[in-house]
Order: sequence, then structure tokens, then C-alpha cells
Amino acid sequence: MAVVNLKQVNYKYPLTDTAALSGVDLEVNEGEFVAIVGPNGAGKSTLCYALAGFVPHFFKGELEGTVEVAGVETKSSTLSQWVLNVGLAFQNPFNQISGAKYTVYEEIAFGLENLGVPREEMRARVDQALAVTGIGDLADRSPYSLSGGQQQRVALTSILVMQPKVLVLDEPTSQMDPVGTREVFGVIRSLAERGMTVIMAEHKVEWVARYADRVVALFGGRILMDGKPAEVLTSEQLLGRGFGISRYTTAARAAANLGLWPESRPLPVTLDEAVAGFGTQLSRRKRGEG
Amino acid sequence: MKIEIEDLRFTYPAGIEAVCGISLSIDPGEQVAIVGQNGSGKTTLVKHFNGLLQPTSGVVKVGDWDTRKVSVAKLAARVGYVFQNPDEQLFCRTVGEEVAFGPRNLGIELHKRETLVRETLQLVGADQMQHANPYDLSATWRKMVALASVLAMDTDVVILDEPTTGQDAATVDRIAHVVSELRKRDKTVITITHDIDFCAENFERVIALARGQVLLDGPTKSVVGQEDVLAQTYVEPPQLTRLGQKLGLKQTVRNQEEFLSELGRQIAL
Repeated sequence: MAVVNLKQVNYKYPLTDTAALSGVDLEVNEGEFVAIVGPNGAGKSTLCYALAGFVPHFFKGELEGTVEVAGVETKSSTLSQWVLNVGLAFQNPFNQISGAKYTVYEEIAFGLENLGVPREEMRARVDQALAVTGIGDLADRSPYSLSGGQQQRVALTSILVMQPKVLVLDEPTSQMDPVGTREVFGVIRSLAERGMTVIMAEHKVEWVARYADRVVALFGGRILMDGKPAEVLTSEQLLGRGFGISRYTTAARAAANLGLWPESRPLPVTLDEAVAGFGTQLSRRKRGEG
Repeated sequence: MKIEIEDLRFTYPAGIEAVCGISLSIDPGEQVAIVGQNGSGKTTLVKHFNGLLQPTSGVVKVGDWDTRKVSVAKLAARVGYVFQNPDEQLFCRTVGEEVAFGPRNLGIELHKRETLVRETLQLVGADQMQHANPYDLSATWRKMVALASVLAMDTDVVILDEPTTGQDAATVDRIAHVVSELRKRDKTVITITHDIDFCAENFERVIALARGQVLLDGPTKSVVGQEDVLAQTYVEPPQLTRLGQKLGLKQTVRNQEEFLSELGRQIAL
């Protein structure tokens, strides 16, 4: 059942002439993990803001169409009600960390404090959220003494602790090392399997292909493609438009022109797919079939 | 401009030792990428190169200057630092003023300054934005303006802290183009990055840090091929290097051209 429902959403930021979103229709089911890909300026962050209620409650501008989460429309809700359903982790953790708290532990409890959650419950939820993202060892550190990647984990944890129905993430691993990236994608995948709906703007297409259920490609504020990760991420429609393309896809496309990629095989996005395809070619040639 | 580091140690006031005895040197005109897990000391190390941090012990020399004895303002003439977050760096009302600010502070005369501003904006592809307010631009373009504002100072050493973070493919290509231009001009370029593919395709030397120490330091091809050692600092080899290893290619490859050539060679055998 669709928990997120956008119908014909058009949006322009104040004092601008160009639409940041145009005719966006999007339904996302409960427990689905949807990745939004697109070049810079395609509207990924704006879509995240629209889902999180920042458009129209913080960024004014002109919003047409409807954005609904769990049957409630964003225009008829307030931001303080909206955050109970939708959590947003910003692209830049510096913009999210409150600056009002001395330790990571307090920072993560900040949202719950604002809701007046009882003290014992608050402790339990903070401890659980710290365990989920694996940053218990940072609990007593100042958020500002952390590296960029560590701050991103703190920002993500401070949203997870709120237990939103829908989690919106704007490039949540952009400053993380590969192990951090893998862990965060793993955490997000398992949250989706437990019923949380996840919508993530992301450039790292290989990770998207491995973990997301579905990919929406945005270009110029419009949805260009919407489908299975392997179909969307290898589509020729993405070429020459600034979309991130996996190096495995690009190498296989070039190899196909040289007769080094099996003709009928779909292009790879992940390492495993690339190994399987190129491996077949290597063994066929060795057997003298190629 | 040579950078020499001798037994550098740095402890933050809260007691965390972020750099634990690093010695290395970077030759003039070298293009070096520093990689390593979050918290491995990458940013702490390079902040010593422009004097933003002073060694707790040990010595950092930029050319003939000991960074403990020279002000940050003076070091700025030798070492330009492009921050990870452009919003820590931009403050003027127009892009043109922003990019001219550094050269003006260095006392570069008006005519040369104007040329530097124009050429630098062209190099990063922002030449049409000279009159825009930096904060009216997207985060991508703010980052390119921050890059231009450092390049315009024409320093011998340029430090790029996570230049490709959050950037799309077209912008990463533009940054790669800037790095290659700087190579032609014999500038020393030092980047901190988690983007190991960008690093493999554009840098000749890689230094991998782990827990404040040097884990690996050498030519890119030899460093990125050492998967087991890199794993100690949460770095994975570039995508095509991993693919080549999994396929059992005999040579380590670091970009598409090398991959296709090695694959073709192996198939022809």
C-alpha cells in the first residue's frame, strides 16, 4: 500500500523562474527502499524537502499538486506534526547538528526532548539508535570534534531515534569511507525490511543497485525513468546527462564494442554482475568458442 | 615547493592524538592523494601544511619555511586550501569579488589579479557567474567558486579536501580537468578523498593513513593493488582494479583503458 503519494507536483523556489520540480508523480509503498538519482540540479534535494514538508513550510515559493504521507497532505499539516511521520537527514551534517548540545548522546536525544518523551524511554531509544548505526563509542564526544563521515552518522542516528514512518535521506554517505557506506546501506536495507519506507537521493550507483528496490531518475525536475535498479542504471537515456554511471557499466559498454562483453547479456552495474559477464567471456575464449 | 614532514605528532586539546609520528616528503609538482578511514588523521595532517594546525611535536617545512615560525597569512602565499565545505570559505557579495579576494590580500597588482580571476573562473567553468552572489548558486557551484578562489592565488601547493563529495559525474570530470591543468603548470596538488576511483584515475602517488600513521605510500598502481593492507584503513581498491583482481588479470589495472587492454591481451593469449 502506498504510504507516500505525490500527484502532479510542480514547485518553484521564491524569486526564481525555473521549476525545481515539474509534473512529479510518485507512489512509494510501505517498506520500499527507493533511490533517487540524477545530476546536480536535477531536483533530488528539492524532492527530499517536499517529502519532508520543508517545501512549503520552510521554503515558501509556489507549490502545485499534492504531497501526501500516510494519507495526510503536507499543505494541511504543520511542520511539527509532519516530522512525526517523516524524518530527513540533510546532505550536509553541519546543517543538521543543532549546536545546542555538548555530546553526541545529547544531540541524538534532542528531538525526543522536544517531543517531551519520558526520560527512561528516551534513554532506551537513544541507546538503541546508537547501537543500530554503530556509533556508541562516540556518545561522549562533541559533535563538532568528529570527522565529516562520523558527523553524518550522528545526523542519521538523530533521525532514526525519532522512529519516523518514512525516512528521507539526502546523500547520507557522501563523506563516509567505503566500510561506513556499506554499513549504513546495510542498516537502511534492514530498516526497510522491517517496514520503514526509505527514499534516498544518492550518487553512488553501485551501492544503489545492490541495496535499493527501485530507482527513480530525475532530470531537470522531471521523472525521466522509474524502475528496477539494473534497468534504470544501465539505460542509454542516462548518457550525456551528467548521471553517475557505474564504472562496470561504462567498461562493459566499451568492451561490447570491442567484442569483449557477451552480446546478449545485460550490462552490469555491480562488481558481481561484471565478474559474471567478463568471466564468461574469458572462459569462452579460452575454450576457443569466441 | 617541497613539503617535508619529520616525526609529526598532533594531539587535540581534548587529548585525542590524531597524528602519531608521520615522516614523509612531497616533491614540487607531485600529485598526491591521501586516503584512509574516517578519523584516520587525513584532515589533521594536511591542516599542518598551511599552518592551520601547529605540530605538538615534530617539524613541517614548506619550502624553506618551518610552519611553526611563519604565520598562516604568510603561508597562504605558498599553500592554498580548498575546504570540504565551501560555506566555510565564501563570504563576498559576488563571485568576482570572492575570487579576487585572495590575490588582493597577497598584494598581487590589479592587472595581473584581473587576469588571474578571469582565467580561474574559466578553468572551473564559472566564467558566466562573475556577478552572481555565491549564496544564490547551488552547492555544486559554490564548491567550484571556492576552488576558483584558492586557485586564483596561484600558490605552488594546492590542497583539495574531499573535492568530489556530493558531486555529479559531470562536475567530477571538471575537477579532474582542473587537476590535470595544475599538473601541466607544475603545481603540487594534494587531495584528501574517499573517492578511490577519482584518486586512481587522476593521481600518481597515494598515501594511505590508518590511526594517525602512514600505512602505505607509493605509486598509485602499487598502493591500490594491495587490497588486504588497504582494508585495515577501510579503503577498497578502485572498482576496475577489483574487477581485474576478481577476473585474475595478471597486471593491476587502475582505469578503463588499462582494464580493456589487459582483458584483451589475456583473451588473445
